[in-house]
Amino acid sequence: MTKTITIDPVTRIEGHSKISIQLDDSGKVTDAHFHVTQVRGFEKFVEGRPFHEMPSLTARICGICPVSHLLASAKACDGLLAVRIPPTATKLRKIMNLAQIAQSHALSFFYLSAPDLLLGMDADPAERNIFGLMRVNPELVRGGVKLRQTGQQIIELLGGKRVHPSWIVPGGVSEPLTEEKRDQILAMLPEAIGIAWTAYEWYAEEVHKFKEEIESFANFPTLFMGLVSPRNTLAMYGGDLRVVASNGAVLEDHRQAEDYLSIIAEKVEPFSYLKSPYYKPIGYPSGIYRVGPLARMNIIDHPGTRLADAAFEGFKTLDRQSSFHYHYARLIELLYCFERTEQLLHEPDILDRHVRAQARPNAEEGVGISEAPRGTLIHHYRTNKDGLITYANLIIATGNNNLAMDRGVLQVAKRFVDGERLNEGMLNRVEAVIRAYDPCLSCSTHAVGKMPLEINLVAPDGAVVDTLTR
Amino acid sequence: MTVVTLKIDDRDVSGRDDETILEIARENGIVIPTLCYLEGLSIAGACRLCLVEVKGTSKLLPACATRVSEGMEIHTNSERLTQYRRTIIEMLFAEGNHICSVCVSNGHCQLQDAAVALGVDHIGVPYLHPHRHVDASHELFGIDHNRCILCARCVRVCDEVEGAHTWDVGVRGIEARVVTDFSTPWGDSDTCTSCGKCVQVCPTGALFAKGKSAGEMTKQSEFVEYLVAMRGRRS
Repeated sequence: MTKTITIDPVTRIEGHSKISIQLDDSGKVTDAHFHVTQVRGFEKFVEGRPFHEMPSLTARICGICPVSHLLASAKACDGLLAVRIPPTATKLRKIMNLAQIAQSHALSFFYLSAPDLLLGMDADPAERNIFGLMRVNPELVRGGVKLRQTGQQIIELLGGKRVHPSWIVPGGVSEPLTEEKRDQILAMLPEAIGIAWTAYEWYAEEVHKFKEEIESFANFPTLFMGLVSPRNTLAMYGGDLRVVASNGAVLEDHRQAEDYLSIIAEKVEPFSYLKSPYYKPIGYPSGIYRVGPLARMNIIDHPGTRLADAAFEGFKTLDRQSSFHYHYARLIELLYCFERTEQLLHEPDILDRHVRAQARPNAEEGVGISEAPRGTLIHHYRTNKDGLITYANLIIATGNNNLAMDRGVLQVAKRFVDGERLNEGMLNRVEAVIRAYDPCLSCSTHAVGKMPLEINLVAPDGAVVDTLTR
Repeated sequence: MTVVTLKIDDRDVSGRDDETILEIARENGIVIPTLCYLEGLSIAGACRLCLVEVKGTSKLLPACATRVSEGMEIHTNSERLTQYRRTIIEMLFAEGNHICSVCVSNGHCQLQDAAVALGVDHIGVPYLHPHRHVDASHELFGIDHNRCILCARCVRVCDEVEGAHTWDVGVRGIEARVVTDFSTPWGDSDTCTSCGKCVQVCPTGALFAKGKSAGEMTKQSEFVEYLVAMRGRRS
């Protein structure tokens, strides 16, 4: 008799999703899927709005990474204005993006995934959360909280508030940076860099304990996509698109934002509201690719800052196609974000007052791409002659990873789930593979505590054979 | 002109008999909320936010449109009035599509300010979610009918101060909306002088200067009073 195991909702991720696992007569896993169970409708309801509202409107897609949407949207709007924004505005936008990535990575690593990494995949779920972590390793948690706070404070200092600042606008940013605020941010950075380095050193030792997970957490060849700077270092805001295969072969290089439609196409699957983008020249579903920290590490020569470069040497010794190493990559990026912020704040023109280009709309189509914490984020708008939106296409970072997450669930389920005897630890691993991608399925977080996780074993006739409740 | 004495909120005040309750109240530092009223423009009495209680009549009277008289006793701030005003604000929010967080006037909006001042933290009437459009055909300005509360300040300033009478209120009842010329796109208007007075007097983000992002639209409507006063001195 075949059975289906449903994990609903998936916990300690951002947004709503469930996982279903199909078992055959002997209890072996035959198939598994990752389902995103919510629909948002942003692309539709922004139609008819003035394009200047787009950064603020689309930032509401997410409360964790509003800055990422602000940036991709503002870049698309820069395209509609057809202006080159002032160099200082570019640098300031970069700093806010780095702060955004840092705070989000701190959330993902320390709050959401560290309970699995430190307490173990099989730990009691009542303890396997940030509070349990505090009892075991308060220093690590304190550091994580501090890193997230630092990122959020930088955002607040630049934009006036931590969530949904309206500082990033089409044409640049609305206010220049003051000397006082620059010095305030600079004063926070040494401690943050120190904490990030300590966490990295700890995890670089720890990672070798997860041999089985590394082998089975979406460990398969895929393509990797992301932005890369002209010097082949990390580019979180600027840079051009690059697509690299698992064997290191560069399939696309120096592709401009406007070319994205020749690289990516999207497929709709009946089991999920999240579309499945794929690399167009290879087709569906073989054109599976990954974005985000792991992908970024796999497309660059080196990050480009001192400590991040040192940590990258460690990364190079790892099995670089396992999604388990998103965690490792995330820690390298935490270092990079704070180090790079320091570099940018020391630029001589960072306090320049000219931070906004003024123009009327000069083009009716614009594409903006930037790197969100979770990967490449694409905003594409068309407007009518009056500047009202007629079309919007948003490819969210997490969406890019949909195929890889879906396939990763199957791989890890096959390895760990045995239908004859269900236990918490095996199902937690199925969730943990999703957590490794740090998906942001919407703007809601299920960060802390006991989620009402219920796993049902369902017979083909719909009868519930077994239930496991958390 | 005669001088009259009256009581507002149990305070003895005086004024000329050609003044309104609202004018006397403001001269004496007594706050009565308004939305459609603007110093320098004619009285519309449209928003009903300034309703007050006057002894001797069971009806509530609009302070902006009611002349004072000798011996009047007025209350501007009773529990009943606050409740009515709150309901008026709730109905204005429910009637249009007001999304403060992404609005160009967020933080500089008189509807928002009134809601805050009256403690409106929930909307108790069902939202209508009307399907309204944005006219961005004008080179410099736009109108988002979703945010229009039909105070008609734009209509009055355009007619009475600019003398263009580009704006008017078209259609009836719940369908009523401000229109330019004969309900043609603003950008096609032959009468509009592009002076921007309508944008400056609009209390919400309905009328806005193009190119503004969320919260960036600040408005200066004091010029109306000044302009009208200067013209009065010249004539």
